[in-house]
Amino acid sequence: MTNRREFIKISLYGAGALAAGAGGYRFFKQFSSAPDRGIIPPDLRRTPTYCEVCFWKCAGWVYKTPEGKIWKITGNDEDQHCNGRFCPRGTGGVGMYYDTDRLKTPLIRVEERGRQVFREVSWDEALDYIASKMKTIATRYGPESMALFTHGSGSSNFTNLMNAYGTPNIAEPSYAQCRGPRDEAFFATFGEEVYSPEITDIRDTRCLVLIGSHIGENMHNGQIQEMSDAIDKGASIITVDPRFSTAASKSQFWLPIKPSTDIALLLAWMNEIIYKEYYDKKYVEKYCSGFEQLKNHVKDFTPEWAYGITTIAPDLIRKTAKEMANAAPAVLIHPGRHVTWYGDDTQRIRAIAILNALLGSWGRRGGFYRPAKASVAGAKIPPYKEPSKSWQDLFPGKFPVAGSVPTNILIDASIPENNPGYPVKGWIINGTNLLSTIPDINTTTKAIQNLDLIVAIDTMPMEYTGWADVVLPECTYLERYDIIRSSPHRKPQIALRMPAAEPMYNTKPGYWIARELAKKLGLEAYFPYEKQEDLLDWQLRQLGTSLEEMKNIGVKTFEREYDDLYFGPDEQVEFGTDSGKIELYSPYLEQYGFDPMPKYVPHEEPAEGFYRLIYGRAPMHTFGRTSNNPNLTELMDENKVWINPKVAREWGLKNDQEIWLKNQDGHVSDFPIKVRITERIRWDSVYMVHGFGHTQKQLTRCYGKGANDTRLITKVLVDPIMGGTGMRSNFVTFLTEKEEQEAAL
Amino acid sequence: MKEELFVSGRMNNMIDPTLHIWHWQIPLYLFLGGMAAGILCLAAVYYIRGEGKRYYTAVRITPFLTPFLLVIGLLALFIDLRHKLFFWQLYTNIKLQSPMSWGAWTLMVITPVSFIWCALHIRDIFPKWDWKYKWLRELEKFFNKYKLALAWIMLIYGLILGIYTGILLSAFNARPLWNTSILGPLFLASGLSAGAAATLLLSKNPDERKHFAQIDLVIIGIEMFLIIHMFMGYLAGTQVQIEAADMFLGGPYTMSFWIFVVIIGMLVPAVLEILELRKYHIPALIPPVLVIFGSLMLRFIIVYAGQVSRWLY
Amino acid sequence: MRYAMAVDTRKCVGCSDCVVACQTENNVPLGFCRDWVVEVMDGTYPQLEIEIRSERCNHCVNAPCVRCCPTGASHFAEGGIVLVKKTECIGCGACIASCPYDARYPHPDGYVDKCTFCEHRILKGMKPACVEVCPTKCMYFGDLDDPNSDVSVVLKKRKFKTLIPEAGTDPRLYFLI
Ligand SMILES: Nc1nc2c(c(=O)[nH]1)N[C@H]1C(S)=C(S)[C@@H](COP(=O)(O)OP(=O)(O)OC[C@H]3O[C@@H](n4cnc5c(=O)[nH]c(N)nc54)[C@H](O)[C@@H]3O)O[C@H]1N2
Ligand SMILES: Nc1nc2c(c(=O)[nH]1)N[C@H]1C(S)=C(S)[C@@H](COP(=O)(O)OP(=O)(O)OC[C@H]3O[C@@H](n4cnc5c(=O)[nH]c(N)nc54)[C@H](O)[C@@H]3O)O[C@H]1N2
Ligand code: SF4
Ligand code: SF4
Ligand code: SF4
Ligand code: SF4
Ligand code: SF4
Ligand SMILES: [Mo]
Repeated sequence: MTNRREFIKISLYGAGALAAGAGGYRFFKQFSSAPDRGIIPPDLRRTPTYCEVCFWKCAGWVYKTPEGKIWKITGNDEDQHCNGRFCPRGTGGVGMYYDTDRLKTPLIRVEERGRQVFREVSWDEALDYIASKMKTIATRYGPESMALFTHGSGSSNFTNLMNAYGTPNIAEPSYAQCRGPRDEAFFATFGEEVYSPEITDIRDTRCLVLIGSHIGENMHNGQIQEMSDAIDKGASIITVDPRFSTAASKSQFWLPIKPSTDIALLLAWMNEIIYKEYYDKKYVEKYCSGFEQLKNHVKDFTPEWAYGITTIAPDLIRKTAKEMANAAPAVLIHPGRHVTWYGDDTQRIRAIAILNALLGSWGRRGGFYRPAKASVAGAKIPPYKEPSKSWQDLFPGKFPVAGSVPTNILIDASIPENNPGYPVKGWIINGTNLLSTIPDINTTTKAIQNLDLIVAIDTMPMEYTGWADVVLPECTYLERYDIIRSSPHRKPQIALRMPAAEPMYNTKPGYWIARELAKKLGLEAYFPYEKQEDLLDWQLRQLGTSLEEMKNIGVKTFEREYDDLYFGPDEQVEFGTDSGKIELYSPYLEQYGFDPMPKYVPHEEPAEGFYRLIYGRAPMHTFGRTSNNPNLTELMDENKVWINPKVAREWGLKNDQEIWLKNQDGHVSDFPIKVRITERIRWDSVYMVHGFGHTQKQLTRCYGKGANDTRLITKVLVDPIMGGTGMRSNFVTFLTEKEEQEAAL
Repeated sequence: MKEELFVSGRMNNMIDPTLHIWHWQIPLYLFLGGMAAGILCLAAVYYIRGEGKRYYTAVRITPFLTPFLLVIGLLALFIDLRHKLFFWQLYTNIKLQSPMSWGAWTLMVITPVSFIWCALHIRDIFPKWDWKYKWLRELEKFFNKYKLALAWIMLIYGLILGIYTGILLSAFNARPLWNTSILGPLFLASGLSAGAAATLLLSKNPDERKHFAQIDLVIIGIEMFLIIHMFMGYLAGTQVQIEAADMFLGGPYTMSFWIFVVIIGMLVPAVLEILELRKYHIPALIPPVLVIFGSLMLRFIIVYAGQVSRWLY
Repeated sequence: MRYAMAVDTRKCVGCSDCVVACQTENNVPLGFCRDWVVEVMDGTYPQLEIEIRSERCNHCVNAPCVRCCPTGASHFAEGGIVLVKKTECIGCGACIASCPYDARYPHPDGYVDKCTFCEHRILKGMKPACVEVCPTKCMYFGDLDDPNSDVSVVLKKRKFKTLIPEAGTDPRLYFLI
């Protein structure tokens, strides 16, 4: 079964799915033995965790009933990520545990009477199968021909395994589909990235500028909390968004920009700030290089010039520039997070970085603080052997600045016709739904047809698990230990995740899965601890605490080594760039043939009858991973397409009418999506929340609800600097009846 | 453009998207209660006026319907209760501000009264009836002695019950359609009209039939007056009341209300009754059946529409 | 003691965390809710305004639901909290019909349920679950008779409104505007 893989339903057994599907779900009492209202059981037990519903990783407590059933999850007051408050997704995390549609047992794809089906197998058989395939790939093509796609806190288990196996091809979608351009742009400018959680000092800012970032819908917890604090303290908010986002509704200034033109606005702001001499002269002189070149570069980029491009009135551009200057240095032009929009994203974020530098906000209160982090010792393992080929060898010369592996390059390299430097023949996919995460589904499915092995490690039956040869059911984050969370913040801090309950069904923690597989591959030495908790205890002891203590406190905060949250008044700062300065003009980018300073280049516009497809987040869901969560589907069970009333009138569309969307390449959404007519969106664009329109039938609650934006993103604007996949380059039109087309899936 | 939406799906069963907490049981209960009240009131009035002979059917026969009406009504109410095991709680509390409590207690009084009234007239139906036990015979004697007082109790509680069927709804400030003081008199009138129609159905005596047809006509006239008044009240009211009225004046309940309640339930029988009084031959069943049907529909439509009507905010 | 809650419509982002937190804390069965979030948008692009409100029972001082309850199951508890005693409730639905805010629902177990202001928590000195979870900290709870309570302080500082004041229910849930 080396190719011609077909998408198959996860299983035929699905007893749980049947029970849940059998109507009475509404009245199905989820926590049937949870405590009665009004009575908090006296011997209530709680265990620490950190949340896995998104990548903010808030630390909290899992409360259980006297019978030991999971009851609720709340934040840990000591935690800097959440300050004791979880977001709706984190609070609804219990639904992940109770979801009866979960993957329940390992599965292997087999051919039965000419049809492909999954067979339930033991863990041993599943892992044997994988190990033997991986050995074959290693001998036939070299270990570099295995790739790992991974996301989330379980990643380290499989990263360790794959490093030991000998492949450099380890990619996370959080790079080329998310933060990559931002990391490279800030690195090019300040010699440092902005990390996660971002080192944005929103709490103390006096002016917060959001370029697209839709905080409030994007529920990254710490940021939303700090934005709220800032509102309380009277900070002004400037939001640049073609859509009247929730954040825009909280802003003093909303700049309803024409999509894809942000660089022009940013350049006009620079022009105004430099030529009106609003910029922080001392700061620029002391810390920055290339100011004169920049000044010269932006000379003609006046607000009037930008008006023609962005549709933002010149006086609004001037007023907001002044507003930022008044607040400086306590001003924050937010670096954004999901920034892979138009393929020139590194340059757009460069413009944001430069603007911050001009206003002197990097290293200043109310701008960007300096993070501190506790370092967790790694287990003592043999050194990884250096792979003989790197990911750059797949397509030499591509994306010279990329600091991580772009997922999409591994997918491209899995298609032999693309003539990669060497073939990619096997994928392990852990916790990332490639088919709705990586744009251009057709390329991904084509790559899938050419692989010798696909392993899916997930908690839920998702689109991609239906394409796998082996499906490994991981238990949820509520049922396992995981690595110690140690992330940069105002103070160094660590958090523990421990199981609140035994794994349900025949599921296992990622650590166990990786280690068992390592054993079968003869790589046991890389997992010296049989149990993850033993490793954790050892690591915690290096930090002066212990597993025992952490089980009681969940989060431990350390004091900073130096009192240097912000730059001192006369501090000489050595930046991580080649020049040691903040590089307004970037010789680093120039050396690879890229513009040393951002330029505005116009993008393609929608044809008559087409609208730019833009997308974003809903506060109660994380991508597609929560769309089947029983608690969260209650809040929102489908996405709708936002359409401006003028456009709706032209098309004669009604609210809640079901339509299909068809993109410029003729791709039609798998399912109809309901219309939401709203003034909150421009007339040249339509908007929808990412993460719906699931085609996996085993997801009984969300199957077929709403539409999947990724299905319509077939044209990708790849960032030549770092390989990011610009996804807002697609245009859709409306179909009131489904058009027959060749099904891609 | 104004857009108002629930961010998180509100999905409370029987509340969202519109209230429909009360189904057929409550309007049926209100109708049966109202009709029983009408029958008992009329019986009491004619008895008190000493016209028990003249209006024999109304005073002595039609009331035999009421124990059934009341029991079925109570049964409907019981079916509607969602926490049935706690039914008895109704009778361990007297809540003066709660129409529901008033209703429960009124029924507690009037149901036995209606049974007693029937018992006193049981020989009108079963001439050979014998109470078998001495104490029962004593009891009969006792009530016969105080029959006039009993009739007064029946009249007063009948009126309370009839008005109550409307007040139960009109006490709900939360539902603009219901929140009108006309509903009490209107439902009382409708109950009386249904009560008169019941006698029309049962009576063979042309004199009595004529009288009750006239009574019915007067009540229908009063009902029409009240309905017009009710809509005038809505339209002169607040935005929410105007919207409540709009449900009947072009909105979703327009057809059902005007056709079933007003035309079929009031105007057509009224015309037929006038014709009958003018000696045209009309099948005796039709007018009273239509009146009763209209009375039933009135309860259904008001109960259902009222749940749709709500405050805006 | 007069318990009250205030919700800042200027900070609320409509995330509905309050709804999930209530659901898990109070074991509200799936398919029902004690609190919910309303968003009202007004204007024409690009002159737009949004008000977002997290709503629940208003714990009305002049509560029609208590008045119309035939059994006394709906009652005022300490501090003016409007509660339902489930062993006294017959499930007649009168209180549901009487509430202008549709704040009550019939629990599948038969009795009527609604927001309790998390009485079980406040008796222990904790805040209601929704207040405590809200990521924007836009909800304030406390005793109106205590001038230093969160809710008293914020009501002194800010303009506020109640919902449907015309209904005469005298709500104890205030919306800061
Ligand atoms: N609830 C929730 N929160 C999340 C997540 C989630 O799944 N659910 N995911 C998390 C992750 S991993 C990430 S990366 C972040 C992403 O969150 P953000 O970084 O905030 O994502 P963006 O893509 O910047 O935001 C989408 C917004 O961009 C606007 N937009 C579209 N086109 C343009 C344009 O051309 N110019 C401008 N200025 N704006 C435009 C859209 O209207 C929309 O409001 O969210 C995080 N937070
Ligand atoms: N069209 C479009 N594409 C996008 C985006 C967009 O907005 N629009 N956003 C982009 C961004 S910013 C990002 S960060 C990426 C995110 O992309 P992904 O990380 O792929 O996000 P999800 O779709 O949530 O898929 C996560 C998968 O992990 C599984 N999972 C959850 N918990 C666990 C666990 O504990 N163990 C294991 N093994 N699996 C688990 C889930 O069931 C789900 O299948 O998507 C990117 N792609
Ligand atoms: S922001 Fe929400 S979903 Fe993300 S980790 Fe924190 S609580 Fe969990
Ligand atoms: S949790 Fe807070 S911010 Fe979120 S909807 Fe509720 S009140 Fe608003
Ligand atoms: S909001 Fe409704 S349920 Fe709550 S006290 Fe007021 S009337 Fe009663
Ligand atoms: S449903 Fe229960 S609480 Fe409501 S009015 Fe009836 S008895 Fe009272
Ligand atoms: S106060 Fe308690 S019961 Fe009321 S809505 Fe908030 S969490 Fe729910
Ligand atoms: Mo992301």
